[in-house]
Amino acid sequence: MRAELTVDAVVATGPLRASGTQGAIGTGSAGTVQPHALGDRLAQELSGLDALERTGAPTNRGRRDVARTLCAAAWPRLLAVVLAIALWQLVVALKWRPDYVLPGPVAVARRLGELALEGRFWTAIGVTMRRALTGFALAVLIGSAIGVLASRFRTLRAAVGSFITGLQTMPSIAWFPLAVLLFQLSESAILFVVVLGAAPSVANGLLAGIDHVPPLLRRAGHVLGARGVAAYRHVVLPAALPGYVGGLKQGWAFAWRSLMAGELLVIIANRPSLGARLQFARELSDAPGLLALMIVILVIGIAVDAVFSRADLTLRRRRGLAQP
Amino acid sequence: MSPLATPHTVDDTALLRGSPGLPGSGFVRVTGIAVDHDTPRPFAEGTKGTESDESAAVLRAVVKDFGRGSSSVRALDGLDLTVAAGSFVCVVGASGCGKSTLLSLLAGLEQPTTGSVQTTGRVGLMFQEAALFPWLTAAENVALPLRLAGLDRRARRARADELLASVHLAGQGNRRPHELSGGMRQRVALARALAQEADVLLMDEPFGALDAMTRDLLHDELESIWLDRRMTVVFVTHNVREAVRLGDLVVLLSSRPGRVASTFDVDLERPRRIDSAEVSHQAAEITDTLRAEVRRHAS
Repeated sequence: MRAELTVDAVVATGPLRASGTQGAIGTGSAGTVQPHALGDRLAQELSGLDALERTGAPTNRGRRDVARTLCAAAWPRLLAVVLAIALWQLVVALKWRPDYVLPGPVAVARRLGELALEGRFWTAIGVTMRRALTGFALAVLIGSAIGVLASRFRTLRAAVGSFITGLQTMPSIAWFPLAVLLFQLSESAILFVVVLGAAPSVANGLLAGIDHVPPLLRRAGHVLGARGVAAYRHVVLPAALPGYVGGLKQGWAFAWRSLMAGELLVIIANRPSLGARLQFARELSDAPGLLALMIVILVIGIAVDAVFSRADLTLRRRRGLAQP
Repeated sequence: MSPLATPHTVDDTALLRGSPGLPGSGFVRVTGIAVDHDTPRPFAEGTKGTESDESAAVLRAVVKDFGRGSSSVRALDGLDLTVAAGSFVCVVGASGCGKSTLLSLLAGLEQPTTGSVQTTGRVGLMFQEAALFPWLTAAENVALPLRLAGLDRRARRARADELLASVHLAGQGNRRPHELSGGMRQRVALARALAQEADVLLMDEPFGALDAMTRDLLHDELESIWLDRRMTVVFVTHNVREAVRLGDLVVLLSSRPGRVASTFDVDLERPRRIDSAEVSHQAAEITDTLRAEVRRHAS
């Protein structure tokens, strides 16, 4: 019944192919055109209209433009850092607290330089980052599974929905006494709290993303044959991705905070970490070291967050949700 | 190829009156069911026709309520419609006539409250918005139904390129939906619907949001594709001229509740122009009926 179609046929024979008997063509009014000419004309008119309506600036920018954009984005941040350091120096210069309690930027920078040359400092960063990544990865797995299941089954959603939000608002430090009881002073105790801190945000981000999938796209997917798992794979999850990335970003922030709290409380012998060193610095009254470590913790947090922000921006640009 | 013909008689004098610029010799009308050498395709029959064995969609005594209890709204009430395979049927009606509900039922997105809905073969659906997936390029959008059908990557890519070329978008496959104009997006959506090789293509005011110029060109495009492939098209619109420009049969739905008020055969030569005298004339006739229908609701 269905004629196998070839693309050429559409263009070559055009709309007149089915216009009935030969007499219909050419004997009509003055406006009648040859079939192929009509097809060509339509092609030309469409491409002319497309050219006129084409929005969007050229997509590939030159290297110089990229450099300029980076500079434009960098200077306000640089200015903010300079201002913060100036304010800090001002407070120190006013002698609000003695030097050995609140050292100035120069002393802290010198201490930071010393730390950078110290092998154990890098080991500590390595241990902390490994814990952060393991905990975050586990939280992403668990949070995503809960998010998908809760979005799929209404009863489950009703059962755990508010519980997830409740967990999210619970300060992670409140979990530590229980974690220490369950796992003693061990890696597991830290991991437990990091996962509990981050997983609810990931689950909630995914749920929010799925809730905001436009119904039209779901309908379109359904009509195109995406049902059940395929609908999730090809429509729902890709559409929910921006919300999910938001959840990952927040999940990372929670994981990093929980980890720092955990490392301060759960100190394992011969296992240096940023949190443990922070605690030692306080005990040894090493104020410059303490501030230097805090700066390191802040910088790592910002750097990882920047990765998520970048991913989010790229995603939104590709979908036309952000200015290129 | 099939000459345009219908088994129903239409008002010949009206057609002649409506075509002052056309010499009689240039106007070919054939009555009776067209006989084609390779693909016989009878034309659309409304409620007045007998049920064809080649019907692509049959709705019988369809009632559709939305909501429950006292707050429920009856969108369709006893709708009967038979759409012959290969025909181009346009559905018009005022607001609240259940045009979109009709398409949702045909697409299987909704179930009738009572009555039966049958469609033959694969069903595709196009919306007023292109509903392209923003995370995919134009070509990937077109290729998605092929992917869901299990075609391998190379075959998908080749087929998507072909389909894009058939809607005059060759070379635009790598663009993302937001980089295309509204008309281009609708053409990608059309290519995507064609990729399904749907036997029945449902269109829900697909050109309603486009400017007149683009719409006219897309009418030409759609007509040429339909003439080439002869899938069944059910096209919902509130624009009567558009319905006459495109359809073999125009079905007028009454409003609140919706049912078939009347059907009109459009027996004009293709390709048609929306601004031709014949189209205007027949559109005026349908609009008069539609207005009478709307007047019934005046308080």
